[in-house]
Amino acid sequence: MLLIHCPYCGPRDETEFSYGGEADIARPLEPEALSDAEWADYVFLRTNAKGRFKEQWVHTHGCGRWFTMVRDTVTHEHGETGVFGGFEPDAVG
Amino acid sequence: MSGPQFRLPAHVPMGRRIDREAPLAFTFNGETFTGYAGDTLASALLAYGAFPLARSFKYHRPRGIWSAGAEEPNALVQLEAGGYSQPNLRATQVELYSGLTAASVNAWPSVDFDMMRANDWLSPIFPAGFYYKTFMGGGFGAGRWWKLFEPFIRRAAGFGKAPAVPDPDRYERMNAHCDVLVVGGGPAGLSAASIAASRGCRVILADEQAEPGGDMLAGDRVVDGAPALDWVAATLDKLDAAGDVTVLRRTTVAGLYDDNFATAAESVGDRFGPGAPAHLPRLRLWRIRARQIVLAAGAHERPYAFPNNDTPGVMLGNAVRHYAGRYAVVPGRRVLLGTNNDSAYRTARMLADAGIPVTVADARETPPASLAMEAEHAGVTVESGFAISAVLGDRRVRGAKISRILPDGETSGAPRLVETDLVGVSGGWNPALHLASHRRAKPVWNESQACFVPDGLSALGVRAAGAVTGAESLADCLEQGYAAGRDAARAAGRTKRSRKPALKADDSAGPAPIQPLWAVTSRRPGGRKGKSFVDLQNDVTVKDVALAARENYRSVEHLKRYTTLGMGTDQGKTANVTGLALMGMETGRTPGAVGTTTFRPPYTPIPFGALAGRDRGALFDPVRETPMFDWHAANGAVFEDVGQWKRPFAYRRGGESLEAAIDREVRAVRDGVGVMDASTLGKIDLKGPDVATLLNRIYTNDWSKLRVGRARYGLMCHEDGMIFDDGVTARLGDEHYVMTTTTGNAATVQAWLEMWLQTEWPELRVFATSVTEAYATATVAGPEARALVSRLDSDIDWSDEAFPHMAAVTGSVMGVPARVFRVSFSGEASWEINVPAHRGLALWQALIDGGATPYGTEAMHVLRAEKGFIIVGQETDGTVTPFDVGMGWAVSKRKDFIGKRSYNRPDTARPDRKHLVGLLPLDRKVVLPEGGQIVTDPAQEPPVTMLGHVTSSYRSPSLNGGFALALLKNGRNRMGDTVHILKLDGGADPARVVEPVFYDKDGGRLHG
Ligand SMILES: [Zn+2]
Repeated sequence: MLLIHCPYCGPRDETEFSYGGEADIARPLEPEALSDAEWADYVFLRTNAKGRFKEQWVHTHGCGRWFTMVRDTVTHEHGETGVFGGFEPDAVG
Repeated sequence: MSGPQFRLPAHVPMGRRIDREAPLAFTFNGETFTGYAGDTLASALLAYGAFPLARSFKYHRPRGIWSAGAEEPNALVQLEAGGYSQPNLRATQVELYSGLTAASVNAWPSVDFDMMRANDWLSPIFPAGFYYKTFMGGGFGAGRWWKLFEPFIRRAAGFGKAPAVPDPDRYERMNAHCDVLVVGGGPAGLSAASIAASRGCRVILADEQAEPGGDMLAGDRVVDGAPALDWVAATLDKLDAAGDVTVLRRTTVAGLYDDNFATAAESVGDRFGPGAPAHLPRLRLWRIRARQIVLAAGAHERPYAFPNNDTPGVMLGNAVRHYAGRYAVVPGRRVLLGTNNDSAYRTARMLADAGIPVTVADARETPPASLAMEAEHAGVTVESGFAISAVLGDRRVRGAKISRILPDGETSGAPRLVETDLVGVSGGWNPALHLASHRRAKPVWNESQACFVPDGLSALGVRAAGAVTGAESLADCLEQGYAAGRDAARAAGRTKRSRKPALKADDSAGPAPIQPLWAVTSRRPGGRKGKSFVDLQNDVTVKDVALAARENYRSVEHLKRYTTLGMGTDQGKTANVTGLALMGMETGRTPGAVGTTTFRPPYTPIPFGALAGRDRGALFDPVRETPMFDWHAANGAVFEDVGQWKRPFAYRRGGESLEAAIDREVRAVRDGVGVMDASTLGKIDLKGPDVATLLNRIYTNDWSKLRVGRARYGLMCHEDGMIFDDGVTARLGDEHYVMTTTTGNAATVQAWLEMWLQTEWPELRVFATSVTEAYATATVAGPEARALVSRLDSDIDWSDEAFPHMAAVTGSVMGVPARVFRVSFSGEASWEINVPAHRGLALWQALIDGGATPYGTEAMHVLRAEKGFIIVGQETDGTVTPFDVGMGWAVSKRKDFIGKRSYNRPDTARPDRKHLVGLLPLDRKVVLPEGGQIVTDPAQEPPVTMLGHVTSSYRSPSLNGGFALALLKNGRNRMGDTVHILKLDGGADPARVVEPVFYDKDGGRLHG
């Protein structure tokens, strides 16, 4: 069981997290402009990396935040995490 | 059985680990025995002699105890009976308690009965691969053969029985964190724990035995001029005194996982048997997260093979030493020790000290002079350059032959007869690499020590120390333990300084080299008579390995599967390395080139009860109850599980049948007024300036124009265009909405919103907060609903003009703020009243007192199905689009939303997809089976053309008969057709395809 370092909470057991697949799959801004093949690529196809893989996780039973993490799919070594941008709670009146 | 004649007398200075003042009676295979506190079941039995106590797996040969530890392949027992019973325990690890009852797991039909020996006499037809080739190979009716033989083979195979009744015991789970976890309490482990503790580490030391000490427990080792066990005791005292050290005895680290997570099973009440004090759990499962791990798991002695090496009375050489030293048991009068390394001399010395005649057959031409001289001085006969070449006797060792041995395992010259009744064999040592293997650290072959040693561990935060590294001397074990503990403390970030203890072991000179020896036998067909076993638990012989090589099953994985080598419950602890070394000899490769298979957790079996812990029965899964639950329970509710929620399915009155209750509830809603507990619906509060934008992207329909005080139904899809949830969202204020979801999907939808908001649209200013449990919800429906709600103590105007269909009103109901939505899932005028949860029961009671009939989920299902309203997960299954269910009206053409682009994909745009239709059985008494397959011709020869299936089916009091919803291929173009729905018990029911709206097609009743 991995010990995942949530960028917001620190190291926590993997069982507190949910896996969100490959990171950096951006939703196309103009889906209607895509061919069927291009749309299918976005909807269905993901990199099946052997080795370092950037993926997204969410701290479901913790802070509830999504973040990215690089994990080696062969050795399970994992490290660099990254956060998503966005507004801070204080920004809302 | 005569008395415990093989227990050494009390004046012999051995057996310090038993308490001769505390005799314990126990029963084995129906006979009564006596042992002592401190005995294992195995040592207590061996005190009566090395008699056969089990039958082997395949050939049903008599077998005795083989080892003194976790590696035991033969002595598997079924402990106790009834719910307490546990199969396949190793007698070598079962601590004796008063009244213990055990039996061999594989003794069918009895240990003494010889019928099954037929397998042995017929063994030429039972070679390796027999099962595989005969039953699984196919080609000649293999399946038929398997059916014929399976019951016989299964019964003959034995291997314990799972208890047939629930486990009455309690198991616990403990989570722990530490700087350093030390696995194993032998010299290396104790040394490591000691230094790590002195450097300020939080330490957990886990040892599988009743007391730490490892090999030193035999009692013949010396540290600093005193018995090594004095040092063990002093070290344990020191560890106990240190603040942050936990010493776990009887605790087997069973699995090692990523990032140094370990599971360990601690035997707690277990060792007292069924009469254990009630406050003790039987076992405790530890889940340990360690910064650093010191792996000091020791090594298992391995045998070399020779003909009839499985005869009871043959065992591992070091096991002989441990039974003598720890338990004062030597199950023989004259002992022969076969060895190829130094370790047998310690055993010989101990036996000689006990006055037992010993012969050592050392395969090495020139054993170390000092050892041989010392042994001979103690009266031990040493035969250099000799190995055991046969054992005589059938059910017991009656003698043995030793022969001059050549480097390839062949013998030369005539064998010599040795008078003996106990044979100890040592072919070297296999480091216990199992836990390293769990971490995917590939071991490497050490040629000079002839063993696999761990490699690549330190990068994983694991440090190996002691015999697990191949270390053979006590001095090396102590030194390695110190170094590993010191380095682990440093790596864990503990910088406290402490002095290195100066310890002097009794063997700092180190051992002489081993001379590899795997089998004394001819591997060629027609060679030496008698089976030479490699894997005792799975009955794999030297010839089987040779056969696998000849048939080209040469990779270690093929060898394993073809011969079943190492596939027993012991995972081949004493067998694997010998098997693959023999494969290497057959194929001209070193053992390192053959490689090893991967060990999997657990190291030794763990009962399911320990894994489940307290997560069983009522604690298996949380139960969620609404604020009105007690009322439901007191008023005849039959509950159904919806996710973790308990929802009333229907309320039975008096002696009413369930069907009658559902009919009555449906009629009440259609003709009067009903009330349903809808508190379980997911409720998500959405706040912020960008909620409408979010809703537009998440839902298929348009949300730009929704005014404050209005509600709207929406469908959610995934990007593949398939429906995954639906529900009503109401706008309560400029920047305040509340979304409802299906009961089962509340958490999923919340997570879905969060994922998009956080990862894709962080610019949207929206808070999504689950408020499901903050509100209790009562749905009031029926032609008399308005009259009823109008009588509530409330400031809300309930008139159709002020509160029309799809309006959302906030106001006061019974003195608390309420959110009321005029929405309908029944087709009747209907108000969904949400009040703070603590007022839910009061609201409910007021509605009941006002004359509403409570209705459950099944009546709700009938009411909505009559209207053709879908239930996500019932009419949909992740392959259904809004268009498929006739809800194209809820799909916006003007905006983009999740899934929209997929409707232009060729398969999604097909006009003949499965469509939601209604079905009316031609026989009005029939209720079609849900899930029933739809065909046009029930008489069609298979494969039958399946057109779809029934998704919902009920009896309707309003329609006076059965009706159903179905997904039917090209269904919208089959209106009026007759189709047939297959029944499970054969036959088919004809039904007419109709529009999926059965009741009040123009929707007039909504306005009540
Ligand atoms: Zn977190």
